[in-house]
Amino acid sequence: MGKTIAEKIFDSHQVDNPFGDIHVIRLDSVFCHEITTPVAINDLVSRGMDRVFDPKKIKAVIDHVTPAKDSKTALQGKILRDWARRQGIMDFFDIGKNGVCHAIFPEKGFVRPGYTIIMGDSHTCTHGAFGAFAAGVGTTDLEVGILKGVCAFHYPHSIKVVVDGSLPAGVFAKDVILAIIGKLGVNGATNKVIEFEGSVVDSMSMEARMTLCNMAIEAGGTCGICVPDMTTVDYLWDFIKDDYKDKQAALEDFKKWTADKDAVYDQVIHMDAATLSPMVTFGYKPDQVKEVKEMEGTPVDQVYIGSCTNGRLEDLRIAAQILDGKTISPNVRAIVSPATPDIFKKALDEGIIKIFMDAGFCVTNPTCGACLGMSNGVLAEGEVCASTTNRNFNGRMGKGGMVHLMSPATAAETAVAGVITNSGLYKAQGGAR
Amino acid sequence: MKQFNGKVLFLDRSDINTDEIIPARYLTEISKEALKAFLLEDLELKGFDVKKDIEPSQVVISRANFGCGSSREHAPWAFEVNDINLVIAESFARIFKQNMFNCGMMAVELPAETIDEIFNMFKGKDTTLTTDLTKNVFVLKAGSEQKEIPFTISGFDRALVEADGWVGYADKHY
Repeated sequence: MGKTIAEKIFDSHQVDNPFGDIHVIRLDSVFCHEITTPVAINDLVSRGMDRVFDPKKIKAVIDHVTPAKDSKTALQGKILRDWARRQGIMDFFDIGKNGVCHAIFPEKGFVRPGYTIIMGDSHTCTHGAFGAFAAGVGTTDLEVGILKGVCAFHYPHSIKVVVDGSLPAGVFAKDVILAIIGKLGVNGATNKVIEFEGSVVDSMSMEARMTLCNMAIEAGGTCGICVPDMTTVDYLWDFIKDDYKDKQAALEDFKKWTADKDAVYDQVIHMDAATLSPMVTFGYKPDQVKEVKEMEGTPVDQVYIGSCTNGRLEDLRIAAQILDGKTISPNVRAIVSPATPDIFKKALDEGIIKIFMDAGFCVTNPTCGACLGMSNGVLAEGEVCASTTNRNFNGRMGKGGMVHLMSPATAAETAVAGVITNSGLYKAQGGAR
Repeated sequence: MKQFNGKVLFLDRSDINTDEIIPARYLTEISKEALKAFLLEDLELKGFDVKKDIEPSQVVISRANFGCGSSREHAPWAFEVNDINLVIAESFARIFKQNMFNCGMMAVELPAETIDEIFNMFKGKDTTLTTDLTKNVFVLKAGSEQKEIPFTISGFDRALVEADGWVGYADKHY
């Protein structure tokens, strides 16, 4: 019987099979941030086990609230910083060098096909875009990962989502994943890996694939996975060029993380890209999705472009194209948060930051901040935000606030209009509604 | 090993998420105790009074996809520091369920029909639950009404409960 990508990764990393379908796997990397790691660090210290399995395989960043907004967040940062120094963790990204974890770690080349990765963050599924198994875990799993370099999982079942055809103008990876979540439901992929395939995924950049995999968790999925290909090789080339004689050799090696033709899936979903349109959420669950045109005209108070879902350079470019020469509606405030310093610098060089500022956006430093209502753009009670983030839960961006999830293109259009829309984009591209 | 008995808090809705269980604004706390006052603060549910209903309860019974959303273990911790060590639901989000057992707590799934039956029979009544981990049976009681409900728990989950969590188990085995 053939194997899925996740099964191949599990079989090559198995340490133990203590019960039934429980597999303890060896971890290639453990990612850490300042919200979920300090409790693990303190617990290890109190147990007299203040050590790490391999400082080279641990990567850490302060990203959720940065720079610190108060004494409590300053202490969280300090615990992580002191620990990184004490344990000799060289890949620690502090203020000035820090960015949103799921954007900065791939950018630094820390994610490779076939890798196993955990992090105390549910959107760790993002890194499956590289053909890796990457899963969000709680602080206890993180603590054991830090200490022992292992984690226990149920042997993975997979769902295959095949998106073929070509995307209509104005439809992006975010719209594709929102449509998929709408189809699967918020627990349609619980305990399962979602393998994304098809010509649309093949033609996507790594950034777009990360957007796709990032929201696998919103359907309950353990991880999203894309098949590694030449796009993966190109993205990683600077980090791997000493390991392979050429790109073709790297591709051949990466190909071992491709599913077998006779791999068994719990479910296979086919989607025709031509039938997709820009999507937006309307309720407090990410599977409550509608086409943007059904929500057209809904007033918003704030527009937010950023996060581990859509704060990458490609996202900022798409939004800037729409915003170029325009100003935002006087009825909204708009915030853009480039996800890493590198993205910020490139956006500066390309003139994108100026376009955002001329349009009336506030440009923040890289941080998770507003996405989970911690800083840099928290909503007041009764306010509505058009957001490129990943969760629309009640109170997510601030108690009593409403979040409508959408693509950067729709968010930029909405910022200009002051109401949810993407009509300008369609007109600009000559597309039919 | 923790205790899994006591008064039941019924949360009659699916998809209760971790932001509702413990909002992100409290994730700046680094002690579990500090979360105690904020459990379920953002949950808006008819008949649920956050100020009155948590303190007397030791068991939660809910519907499908309980604990969806963030990976924050603050969610199980917020239950734990309120002496709630057992959540029974039709289904759970993967990370929440693993976090519960990783802390030596229990997240037990029962078929949708059984959950329906429990809600029909006991919701709105002063109900207590007793867990028999040797026979794998919950006993629900409200006044003269009583119901025994068998449950299953995997070998791994049981081992985690007995080891009071994953750190204890993993340190012994790996």
